[in-house]
Amino acid sequence: MEPLNALVSVTNFMLIPAFAYGSQLALGALGITLIFSILRFAHFAHGDTMALGTAAVIGGTFFLQAQGVSIGGLPTALLAIPFGILVMVLYLLAADRLVYKYFRKVKAKPLTFVMASLGVMFVTNGITRLFMGVSETRFEDGQRFIFTIREFREWSGLAEGMALRTAQATTIVTALIVMVVLFWFLNRTRAGKSMRAYSDNEDLALLSGINPERVVVITWTITAILLVLAGTLYGLDKGFRPFNYFQLLLPMFAAAILGGLGSPLGAIVGAYVVAFAEMGITFAWRRVLTYLMPEGMEPSTMMQLLPVDYKFAVTFAILVLVLLFRPTGIFKGKVI
Amino acid sequence: MSDPVLIGENMTGGYGNGPDILHDCTIAVEKGEIAVIVGPNGAGKSTAMKAVFGMLNLRQGAVRLKGNDITRLTPQARVREGMGFVPQTGNIFPSMTVEENLEMGAFIRDDDTRETMAQIYELFPILRDKRRQAAGELSGGQRQQVAVGRALMTQPTVLMLDEPTAGVSPIVMDELFDRIIEIARTGISILMVEQNARQALGIADKGYVMVQGENRYTDTGAALLADPEVRKSFLGG
Amino acid sequence: MSLTARDLGLFAIMGAVLAMVAMFQSPQLAITILNMSLISAIMALGVNMQWGYAGLFNVGIMGFTAVGGLAVVLIAQPPVPEAWAAGGLGILLGLMLGVATILAAVIVYKRMPPSKLRGFTLFAVVTVGFLITSYVFGPAKQAVQAVNPAATGYLGGANLPVILSWPVGAVFAAGVAWLVGKVSLGLRSDYLAIATLGISEIVIAVLKHERWLARGVNNVTGIDRPVPRPVELQPLPWVQSLADSLGWSLSQTASVISGLGYSVLFLIVLGILIWLAERALNSPWGRMMRAIRDNEVSARAMGKDVTRRHLNIFVLGSAVCGLAGAMMVSMDGQLTPGSYEPLRFTFLIWVMVIVGGSGNNWGSVLGAFVIWFLWVQVEPAGRWVMEMITSNMDVGSALRRHLLDSAAYMRLTTMGIALLLMLRFAPRGLIPER
Repeated sequence: MEPLNALVSVTNFMLIPAFAYGSQLALGALGITLIFSILRFAHFAHGDTMALGTAAVIGGTFFLQAQGVSIGGLPTALLAIPFGILVMVLYLLAADRLVYKYFRKVKAKPLTFVMASLGVMFVTNGITRLFMGVSETRFEDGQRFIFTIREFREWSGLAEGMALRTAQATTIVTALIVMVVLFWFLNRTRAGKSMRAYSDNEDLALLSGINPERVVVITWTITAILLVLAGTLYGLDKGFRPFNYFQLLLPMFAAAILGGLGSPLGAIVGAYVVAFAEMGITFAWRRVLTYLMPEGMEPSTMMQLLPVDYKFAVTFAILVLVLLFRPTGIFKGKVI
Repeated sequence: MSDPVLIGENMTGGYGNGPDILHDCTIAVEKGEIAVIVGPNGAGKSTAMKAVFGMLNLRQGAVRLKGNDITRLTPQARVREGMGFVPQTGNIFPSMTVEENLEMGAFIRDDDTRETMAQIYELFPILRDKRRQAAGELSGGQRQQVAVGRALMTQPTVLMLDEPTAGVSPIVMDELFDRIIEIARTGISILMVEQNARQALGIADKGYVMVQGENRYTDTGAALLADPEVRKSFLGG
Repeated sequence: MSLTARDLGLFAIMGAVLAMVAMFQSPQLAITILNMSLISAIMALGVNMQWGYAGLFNVGIMGFTAVGGLAVVLIAQPPVPEAWAAGGLGILLGLMLGVATILAAVIVYKRMPPSKLRGFTLFAVVTVGFLITSYVFGPAKQAVQAVNPAATGYLGGANLPVILSWPVGAVFAAGVAWLVGKVSLGLRSDYLAIATLGISEIVIAVLKHERWLARGVNNVTGIDRPVPRPVELQPLPWVQSLADSLGWSLSQTASVISGLGYSVLFLIVLGILIWLAERALNSPWGRMMRAIRDNEVSARAMGKDVTRRHLNIFVLGSAVCGLAGAMMVSMDGQLTPGSYEPLRFTFLIWVMVIVGGSGNNWGSVLGAFVIWFLWVQVEPAGRWVMEMITSNMDVGSALRRHLLDSAAYMRLTTMGIALLLMLRFAPRGLIPER
């Protein structure tokens, strides 16, 4: 029995990747939950706007690289993020002006908004592919590892190794900072509180002199920031392909619903639950169990509950369970 | 004769383009006084108040605040002009703390609001104890206090309350009425719609009995309580 | 059947446009567009039942189409005896064990009082059931997939006439829809959208990765067709004489005839469906559905079981999508799970329904023709525009090549803009509901 090796192995192959993935999902799900609580619809264009934002960051990165700009060991993309955010703020506000604002004015049904977001998604998808094509683009540069498997082995003297990639570490650190800042904003600033008030009770917010259009603008701006960060971090970690971003839609929705639509804290918790469930259930536990089991009882199969191809099935199962047993989510979100 | 602080004069109108609900109805309140609108269900009590607050289309009549015509202003603009309104339902931000509810009440103010908040805590001491708690978790009476406190944060000239005691126990109602009297003593005019007519007229300087969108009786609270006609028809003997 | 002169005019224009394609581009292209338009029209009818009659938002059309396509393989393909011998029993047993596990879990949940013990039992039942199932299923699956993987590697089908697979496809899709609807209907309206998005992803994942079922990404090709193939037609004397009299080549004539054969079949199906749909829409049932759609609260207050009605229509609409999916696979003669993408199968159909006029069956049909036509023609048009733009550029320049390559994506944007414009300026569509 070698529990230490088991721990290192599970950390390396599952915990770190899941934590990074969960952080990316959390940033995305936060955007979904914000739009839901302020604009009150399920934003189907989320994945594709995330892709477009990342595309803008990639463009900026290539430009900076061509200029020979870099920041030590960190990915150059981090420098291009402000540019991506600017592009996406303008894009989302334009989309709001041209599309959603009218439906707000005529007080359209929520599903009309969802449908409109589908149209925006289509357009956004086309624009992204126009710039990036459909194949994978890698834009991670700088030092790839904070420490490698070999370095860890030499340092610890263990048989099992562990590595931490720069992209993963950046993701986790950035996500944590963003979450803290977001909660500070929502709970401490006037603008943040006015958003919460609007989400809580639209009519009373109006009576209190809160300007709904301003709240909407702030919401899209924050969403743009979250989108670009989530998309860039995901792209740094796993490479950029527009279709993968579309496919993030389901886990992001699942995370937001699991946490309780409209609850930011819920979105974060939900995202980590989804990420760890996806990774845990599609993870081959053989190696870890081999270290844990007594001699002679090592598992002979992969000890994988489901093949990786079915990670969406895991997400979907979570979604179904939530819908069946607790449709308001963990942190009682908006009533259904 | 000088105008009262707030007057809705000869108001006729209804919601949107629907039929008229109010017919030549007049509601007024003087500085520091309490005016109460009572009447049977469906008499248009709340509608009259909403008309004063600009929530329905007036086809005739005018609303004046401190002598200024505000008939064409939106409700939000009337808040800026010095009207505070506490709706009957949905009058708090349930997931926000008591203190945040008060802050949102003062959203249109740019000056320091701490003093006002202190006054409100003085008026409703229980709110000070619960100021970090989500308003939605409070009891019914406490929520009403939050709602009234929120509306007071703009330091209004007139405070309008739509059935503030709906669904609270008699003890809480008495307590709430005491507070309302206290508020009026600070010089704020109170306009209130009430289901509990007898108790409400008991604290009212002025009472309006409305029937089918019209003024039926208008007098001081005490006079209305003493009027045998009013007692028989509206106060259950 | 309430079609106004204006509606007929719109259909006539569409017909004329197709005729022009036949004249100026090629007859085969016109037939291809016609056939895909017919299939799309059927899908759009299904979606219109859900959205137009009942206001249900289904984002998983792709999944229901794919399930319908699977039926074609399972019905029409010959069985693979070696594969059945290798692991057929194991797979069947595994599937039954899987179902048994779910049933056991449901029974535990329903019969036991809510408690910690119930949660624990539930967990135990699911875990043990899952382990047993995969113990039986895993090796059988491997064995089946190992049988001549280059050509088969799957169990094959029932070797029945291919036409039979159409209704079966509808039933398959209906089954999936029932499961999804049961879970997500009766909750917030957008939950159904999210749940259907999920199920369609899963259906595609299953089709891609369960090779024992339909060869996964290796595709099943050469599936029996309900209409003779062009090569089978070419030797026929009447085809040859027709080619002579039209002045067309033999191969062109044969493929046009084969295509027209499908057109006739599809038209029959579409005709029957429209007839049924129109009757249903104007029956008391249809009026009730629309009443529910327009005011769910009052319908509920009148004692209508809204969730149940929604489930009915959701299952029906999805079944129609499944039927169309089966028809499409039998037209192509192949099932290619890799080509099922949401943009094409889900969102295009939505654009069709919205553009055509939601709530109107004829509108959906017209929308399908218009949008499919645009979908096919915008790409060459986009390439032409790009060539105009880039004509002054250096032939070898990277930007020029990039722009030319990107022409293909212009149609996504075009479709999105079409959808947004319709939603904004003509939400009732080309042929409005009446």
